Amino acid sequence: MVSVCFYFQLHQPLRLRKYSVFEIGKHNNYFDEHKNESIIKKVAHKCYLPANRIILDLINRTDGRFKVSYSMSGVALEQLERYAPSVIGSFRQLVGTGCVEILDETYHHTLASIYSKDEFNEQIQMHNKKIKQLFNFRPRVFRNTELVYNNEIAELIGKMGYKGILAEGADHILQWRSPDFVYKPKSTKMKLLLKNYRLSDDIAFRFSEKSWKEFPLTAEKYAGWISKVNGNGNVVNLFMDYETFGEHQWEDKGIFEFLRHLPYEVLKHKDNDFVTPSEAIKRYDAVAELDFPHYVSWADVERDLSAWLGNKMQQEAIKEIYLLETSVRLSNNPALIDEWRKLQTSDHFYYMCTKWFNDGDVHKYFNPYDSPYDAFIAYMNILNDFRIKAGRLSNDFNMPEIAK
Amino acid sequence: MKVLMFGWEFPPLSSGGLGTACYGLTKSLSKKGVQITLVLPYSADIGYSADIGDSGFIRIIPAGSIKLRRIRSILQPYMNSQGYRKSMSKSQSPGIYGSTLFDEVYRYTLAAEEIAEEEGFDVVHCHDWMTFGAGIKAKRKKNKPLVLHVHATELDRTGGHPPNQHVYDSERDGMHKADKIIAVSKFTKNKITAHYGVPSEKIKVVHNGVEPSSQSHYHDESHDENFEIKKNDKIVLFLGRLTLQKGPDYFIYAAKKILEHQKNVKFVIAGSGDMETFIIEKAAELGIADKVLFAGFLSQNDVERAYKMADVYVMPSVSEPFGITALEAMKNKAPVLVSNQSGVTEVIRHCLKADFWDINEISSKIISLLRYKPLHETLKENAYFEARKFNWDVPAEKCIEVYNELTKNF
Repeated sequence: MVSVCFYFQLHQPLRLRKYSVFEIGKHNNYFDEHKNESIIKKVAHKCYLPANRIILDLINRTDGRFKVSYSMSGVALEQLERYAPSVIGSFRQLVGTGCVEILDETYHHTLASIYSKDEFNEQIQMHNKKIKQLFNFRPRVFRNTELVYNNEIAELIGKMGYKGILAEGADHILQWRSPDFVYKPKSTKMKLLLKNYRLSDDIAFRFSEKSWKEFPLTAEKYAGWISKVNGNGNVVNLFMDYETFGEHQWEDKGIFEFLRHLPYEVLKHKDNDFVTPSEAIKRYDAVAELDFPHYVSWADVERDLSAWLGNKMQQEAIKEIYLLETSVRLSNNPALIDEWRKLQTSDHFYYMCTKWFNDGDVHKYFNPYDSPYDAFIAYMNILNDFRIKAGRLSNDFNMPEIAK
Repeated sequence: MKVLMFGWEFPPLSSGGLGTACYGLTKSLSKKGVQITLVLPYSADIGYSADIGDSGFIRIIPAGSIKLRRIRSILQPYMNSQGYRKSMSKSQSPGIYGSTLFDEVYRYTLAAEEIAEEEGFDVVHCHDWMTFGAGIKAKRKKNKPLVLHVHATELDRTGGHPPNQHVYDSERDGMHKADKIIAVSKFTKNKITAHYGVPSEKIKVVHNGVEPSSQSHYHDESHDENFEIKKNDKIVLFLGRLTLQKGPDYFIYAAKKILEHQKNVKFVIAGSGDMETFIIEKAAELGIADKVLFAGFLSQNDVERAYKMADVYVMPSVSEPFGITALEAMKNKAPVLVSNQSGVTEVIRHCLKADFWDINEISSKIISLLRYKPLHETLKENAYFEARKFNWDVPAEKCIEVYNELTKNF
């Protein structure tokens, strides 16, 4: 039999203002609240609310046989609470069906897993608390920011008591193996669920591509591909951004119609069903242990860290923000710490990516800057202003010099 | 394909981008087998160190298929009537020349008509307003299609101030009588459709290219003694004509603002023009005269050295149809900041941009570029590779497409 496991990521960063060099020292507001508000409202309207409605309806009509899972970043939840609270209500309804699982991630959607184990730990605990507070749900499965994963991260998460973890089904790790089985990370008792990137990206990226040989993609055709996994796998892990439904793939391209019909088409084949990550983990044994010595992510073709750390600007910016950890903690100032964490959100570094700048594509979606250079300039000016603030509040005379 | 081309600037007699563009384009066209007869005004008295020779032909491209004809005229594209009268008084045979700039254009046009009589050609191709009259005459003489190549319009040159009516009229007349117009950017094409009453189907955008690097040896961080610059000074470069269109005044105001926040910066202004005195006086007035160095008009070699020395190249143009200098700077590993009001921004991505009037943004970006080493390095590297992709082959190909399209119907 084939169990389809859907996981949707919901995230919106707190985008930064175009901070000028002359503002350094003035401690002006770093965040573009106007832009962030308008974007979250737009996405809530075009995507979150309509998709939630459809999914709730599908759960009810299939008598709970349709199941999905989500994780929402803490910073996205904060913005929803403030600007689109009906979305929170709509998620509560979904969780209430018992057919929807929520996963944990880092509250501020950061790459702390690479730079600071303490931060990583704390940000996850913050997230856990938030999910409990909003949805009365205790996540047992974890996914890291942008599915960044390696053996070390798995070990850390295992020690924190999670039952399972998600990762990208990257070819260079899997080699001859299939992502359609449950695996075990190295040196920890958890279970590992790997994204089937071909089938996931068929929906998330190729759905409206007229040049794609499978265009147009119908629910029937897609369900057929899923059924083919029968005998060659146990789970089909479809992991994607929630904005696929209504933002990346527009409503008029038929994405909602596709979603509406998919469960029925999948369930037509009697051997198929839907599972949440926890159910998948419970039902299926791990077929093998997988070694991920290097970082893998779900980004771009490379499936590595190059989207955030590929150029010197990104490397410098991220190094500088984590250098401030000691100072910021010394201050014991919650507002300062919170602000520091908001500056760690991975999107800030994503905007500085020069990889595909010549073509201008996915990286440009919701990118508030015209160029990666503008992104870096704004970030560094803010960082330098923040550094002054942190120095003052922590009375830290060992503060590293402002870059001159 | 035989082309009768009318221009007025050509190296070594260049004072701006037009000579560069004409040279690059004709060289590439010639390589592709297009036979070009390039008509240029002849000016012996202007003071450029050029050796023109007595043969009546300007042999700049050896053994190429370009035949060059001179017209005796002291026509210079950027001179206003005042400047013209000044240079006329220096000229050795005043009796031959007409008494105003526009008389010169008229003479050029007449002489061109003679040339058109003698030459064989399939297409007429002329560059900017002074040659449009000549182009129209040539077109009429042999009933051949006329291509107008617009590198700049009077509106660009006067940047918001009232244009010279006669020049504007010449441009407009030419554009309406031409069979096809080539514009060096969408920016310029839009100006033409908006202000000259030309339908957009008549205009083809052909972005300029840039010459491959000369063989000069590349030094890293070579700070030239001649410019009196200390080793730890940053250099912000302005290279262009000191005239309204190029925004040298915005450069000076930005310099002032930058120096308030950062001391170890020197501003080098390379170029000459009608605003030279104004800029010198303004620098003194703002109290930054010791940080602003005037290099004057530079030779091609010195231009490249200036780019290589610069930490930033700034092009704050008020209205720039293209802006080849941005590409040249990038090729010489100088990161650039260009104004949004320029055509080159349509084809480059690895640069910083700002509105020409936004002194705060310009200054903030320059300071950021000087302060943050990773930004400087990343921008410099990527810009270098981006600029290397530009050449004159693509523009030449597009011109040939235009020639073919036009000659089909004639």
